[in-house]
Amino acid sequence: MFLPVGAGLMGAVFPAFGYLPPAGLTEFSLAPVKALFDWPGLGVASRLSLTTGLLATLIALSIVTLVLAGWSGTKPFRALERLLSPLLAVPHAAAAFGLAFLIAPSGWLSRLLSPAATGWDKPPDLVILQDPYGLSMTAGLVAKEVPFLLLMALAAIGQSDARRRVRVAQALGYGRVTGWLKSVFPAIYAQIRLPVYVVLAYSMSTVDVALILGPTLPPPLSVQVVRWMNDPDLTMRLVASAGALMQLGLVLAALLVWRVGELIVQRLGDVWVLSGRRGARADIFLRPLGLLAGLITAISLIIGLAGLAIWSVSGFWGFPAPLPDQFTLRGWSRNLDGLIDTTVTTFLIAFAATGIAVLLVVGCLEAEFRRSRPITRRGIWLIYLPLLIPQIAFLPGLQTLLLSLGGKDGLAPVVATHVVFVLPYVFLSLGDPWRAWDRRHAVVAAGLGSGQTDIFWRVRLPMMLRPILTAAAVGLAVSIGQYLPTLLVGGGRVSTLTTEAVALAAGGDRRTIGIYAVAQTAVVMLPFALALAIPALMWRNRRGLHG
Amino acid sequence: MTRKTKLATFVALVTWALPATADPDPTNWAAILEEAQGQTVYWHAWGGSTATNDFIAWAGEQIKETYDVTLEHVKLADTADAVTRVLSEKQAGRDDDGAVDMIWINGPNFAAMKEADLLFGPFAESLPNWQFVDVEGKAVQTDFTVPTEGFEAPWAMAQVVFMHDTDDLPDALPNVEAILDWATANPGRFTYPQPPDFLGTTFLKQVLIDLTDNDAILSQPVDTANYEAVTDPLWDFLDQLTPHLWRSGTVYPTTGPAQLQLIANDEVDLAISFSPGEATTAIANGQLPPSVRTFVLEDGTLGNASFVAIPYNSGAKAGAMVLANFLMSPKAQLRAQDPEILGYGTVLDVEALPETDRAAFAALDLGIATLTPEELGQVRPEPHPSWMIRIAEDWSERYGAGR
Repeated sequence: MFLPVGAGLMGAVFPAFGYLPPAGLTEFSLAPVKALFDWPGLGVASRLSLTTGLLATLIALSIVTLVLAGWSGTKPFRALERLLSPLLAVPHAAAAFGLAFLIAPSGWLSRLLSPAATGWDKPPDLVILQDPYGLSMTAGLVAKEVPFLLLMALAAIGQSDARRRVRVAQALGYGRVTGWLKSVFPAIYAQIRLPVYVVLAYSMSTVDVALILGPTLPPPLSVQVVRWMNDPDLTMRLVASAGALMQLGLVLAALLVWRVGELIVQRLGDVWVLSGRRGARADIFLRPLGLLAGLITAISLIIGLAGLAIWSVSGFWGFPAPLPDQFTLRGWSRNLDGLIDTTVTTFLIAFAATGIAVLLVVGCLEAEFRRSRPITRRGIWLIYLPLLIPQIAFLPGLQTLLLSLGGKDGLAPVVATHVVFVLPYVFLSLGDPWRAWDRRHAVVAAGLGSGQTDIFWRVRLPMMLRPILTAAAVGLAVSIGQYLPTLLVGGGRVSTLTTEAVALAAGGDRRTIGIYAVAQTAVVMLPFALALAIPALMWRNRRGLHG
Repeated sequence: MTRKTKLATFVALVTWALPATADPDPTNWAAILEEAQGQTVYWHAWGGSTATNDFIAWAGEQIKETYDVTLEHVKLADTADAVTRVLSEKQAGRDDDGAVDMIWINGPNFAAMKEADLLFGPFAESLPNWQFVDVEGKAVQTDFTVPTEGFEAPWAMAQVVFMHDTDDLPDALPNVEAILDWATANPGRFTYPQPPDFLGTTFLKQVLIDLTDNDAILSQPVDTANYEAVTDPLWDFLDQLTPHLWRSGTVYPTTGPAQLQLIANDEVDLAISFSPGEATTAIANGQLPPSVRTFVLEDGTLGNASFVAIPYNSGAKAGAMVLANFLMSPKAQLRAQDPEILGYGTVLDVEALPETDRAAFAALDLGIATLTPEELGQVRPEPHPSWMIRIAEDWSERYGAGR
């Protein structure tokens, strides 16, 4: 993990200080850094990166916490969980498009209310999308990260003895939310801290969501870096490299701020816990709030996708009509050939990258299990490094490196790069269930005369089928959603549903955008459905394995 | 970083260029056809328009059938991506079999690549179909004042038109002052793509040529002209216009086609286009309301040609030449001009074509929202590319990131 990231970063550090030998630039200078600081938008772009990232992470974490605190273990919670978990699969670009269509002044919400309730026969001239503060972009990120954090937290709950803790707290007269926050939250947060950091780093440096929902005058820093990187003028690549390092610095600074925030919350939390306040009244207000926030997140994603699906089959659809004048399959039929080709490529890359990642992770976890020595803290950080470092900071360097190693374009380098991003998520999804496996099964099997290898193949692997398939589905989703790695390392020759969708976004044709977003979502949903269905079919006569 | 050091970088790149081995000879067409057989041409072309993508796919089927050349359309969000790719390959020393075989290129990128010796050629004027190209009447041998010298082949003509929704803006506006007056009276109903998007800078250039009416100065590099004095009227115009724009100028559409959705949503009533047939095609596709028409300004509008170029390290130069030649054929040009398909102007001299082709062009129904060649009026030449760079930078300072 360190190798690709490190090599890629080196490919950014040297040009940032003016050193790019193939271009005949062999003297170190501060000119690129100066050019970066001369860019008039730098202040706002950096501030946007920080505020959208921190705000999105904070809000997403708060929603997940409130939902869990107020409702975990109840019926509405299970319904919400069922509503949200498939949404983890919705690719970022598709979710952003869906949200954009929902909340725009000419969007679905406005159409449903107009002109009857609003009196608008034309859309109001309001800045809702691409607002200068990045609020719509923050909303898009929140909607996308809530399902992810919720799933991570659910995995952590399994190991935190949450139910008994809450019961004890409630017996002592604590309100549901207060009791949960005081007795369960610290244990869970300790386990989901790394995913939270990943959300923070991602939200600060996303390119595709920012392109769709983010402001443009100026854009967040990550988008501007891509623009510089794409400038035909070679010297702008030096500025891009300096900008990439700046982005890296911002992410590190934000992680530091977050860490300090954690310590402060911890201190205050200690005081709060010791105060012994029962907070029973807070439930009246906080429980509905949590449920509402969770519902809004899920429903806005679902309705957004439904809107895109309708766009994909619409004829002319003017404002304020809530539905298109006519429906037509013309868009689908004219895009079908391209869709099939790109879908095949998308799956090919995703299966190869996920297969490699699952093998590596299972091997790693098995070795850890046999040696009874869990991976070190530093090891974990190394695995997550590619998720914590902004992609834009090291991918261009990596691209140049692969080229100078004589790597051909094509699928192999793209698959290799995808593994770098898929592996951490597979590790994230599989690590805890694997460690939570009851060792006594191994003891029993050993007592019956099985060796280590036998135990692995005949006991642990079958019992782990569901977690492995779920992790693989997550891996596939991650691979399918990759935009920058596919674009940069594939040299533009490798087109997947995601690169097509973002390229089409430039054209603003909602029909075609809808088609690709629907296709993108469908191909990610499929593996998740399989991950649920396969164990249920294979173990239909073994109830204990249904998990 | 000054513009001079940027130039020095490109010059430095030139010295790194190595002659590619055994390039096909553009004057020997028979040999090219033979060499092209079985080749795959990766055409890097903007992929933001469904109509264009369909046309490219059709061209692929045609050359597969006739010449056994396979076409792969690499859909770009930005032409510069392809240029960057060729530059990276040069940096990495990959001087043949590069990833890019052909680029749908624009003036500034062409100037940069030609300057840096990143292009194969000259080839365009040796292609068989060059004989039909209208060299006299159309600007097909210069691209943004830079002589093409056969390093790129034209395949479509473009000219600025304004699309207006006649439900809200019934009549054509004669000049940019009239556009300002109308926008002031109807706040929030007009916008233009955000520079440095090429259509956005095209709008700025169109305003500039309409206000200054001095094409001779604009054809010179910006450094030799009195930039401040020449562009003053433009900034004055924009200062007045910006508060009345859609979203009061805090947000702009990022590309030209994004404006179509805005008209369809009834968010704006007027938009700029560089393709006279775009509105008709978009109405046919359900992307624009049927009430949209187009107009040009009284003193004429900017026009130029779309070109394709072949990078120096393409591994399928023969195949790329076959494709470039096909794109200039009467068959392909006729289809491109059909507003139901693409609605692009032809680069050919229709009057000089063989009788059947001429009849086919004459029979073409240009469609409900497309002006006839006569109505399109005077075509005004593109300013030197340095104007565009400087104006885009200044725009960004005044109205963009530097606000």
